[in-house]
Amino acid sequence: MNIVVSSTSELPIYQQIYDQISRMIVCGELPNNYCLPAIRTVAKELRISVITIKRAWEELERDGFIYTKAGKGCFVANHAPEKLSDKRETMALEKMVKDVEYYKGLGLSAEDIIELVKEAY
Amino acid sequence: MEILSVENLCKNYEKFALKNVSFSLDQGFIMGFIGRNGAGKTTTLKSMMRLVHPNSGTVTILGKNFAEDEFYCKQKIGFVLGGVDYYPKKKLKTITNVTKRFFPEWDDEKYQSLLNRFDLDSEKRIDELSAGMRVKYSLALALSHNAELLILDEPTSGLDPVSRDDLLCLFQDLIEDGEHSILFSTHITSDLEKCADFITYIKNGEIIACTDKDTFIETYRLVQGPVEELNPNLSSKLIGVRKHKFGFEALIKTIDLPMVARIEVSAANLEAIMVHIERE
Repeated sequence: MNIVVSSTSELPIYQQIYDQISRMIVCGELPNNYCLPAIRTVAKELRISVITIKRAWEELERDGFIYTKAGKGCFVANHAPEKLSDKRETMALEKMVKDVEYYKGLGLSAEDIIELVKEAY
Repeated sequence: MEILSVENLCKNYEKFALKNVSFSLDQGFIMGFIGRNGAGKTTTLKSMMRLVHPNSGTVTILGKNFAEDEFYCKQKIGFVLGGVDYYPKKKLKTITNVTKRFFPEWDDEKYQSLLNRFDLDSEKRIDELSAGMRVKYSLALALSHNAELLILDEPTSGLDPVSRDDLLCLFQDLIEDGEHSILFSTHITSDLEKCADFITYIKNGEIIACTDKDTFIETYRLVQGPVEELNPNLSSKLIGVRKHKFGFEALIKTIDLPMVARIEVSAANLEAIMVHIERE
């Protein structure tokens, strides 16, 4: 499991961690019931405050990516494959809404954008 | 569980006063105590430890009243006021032998392992140690009597960036077990960006914020823009405005953010927050 945190990014650190772990879960890199490392260990290794990691874990749990077993730790939630692709679509759509706003600002039409996406892909 | 609680601590001097200083810290976390030079950081720490006598207020360590159980509380606390700089001509081992007599729970094995970890030679004299080594020696002494709470007054000032980083790493190692806690004062805000869980901010002897670091930072944003946008409504919400030839820059509470296209908003860091609040 790799996590990269940038202190110069505009995104808050807990958000960066949330994004990376949820992405790993959605694309199956972290399998169901995978045991996440302890919060305090992650904090120490990444040199980030315990509270920040705790918050990322809490948000992941709130959104159903992981679950907590008292005294044992946090685990990747059991996702049926179709649930995962649903989640993936929701995440992609959220990001696209923001990006499309930006392209609209540049005066591009939906067709223009689709053409450009194809080219870039 | 609460390891430290300070309630309504007051200390009056002729020209300076601590006014109802209150904050608390849970076990297993790092709290940064920030403020300018002369804001009352050291006075607070000294009043807590009863090195100066507070006029009023209560300090509680692991549920025990400091004033009533001073011996117990002091065993649980590792207090470091800068590096060891007394008896500069004495060897470390001489100073250690004196220090350990005050602590029934002194752990020689732990002390030896800390000396190794910090690369300290107990045959050396204090005046042969660098500033960083002196701080490390103080920490070794504080940690060898099984203290659960470390209270450190500006442990990083005077250290080079590498030694500072080293020390912050050590702090995070210490709290990993969830039992040790650290309260350290500093005005080097980048130290706190890295490792602090909570921030307590003191200004002119008064606590103006005590919250977790992320919340504290997210409470504020930096704004920049042309001076023409500075209407009275906006100006009343800005903190520590600096006007210059080409516009203005200021801090603002996130909830007060204006919806004006010509104003550039960016995330603040601890240093920017402190500079603007102190400019106000």
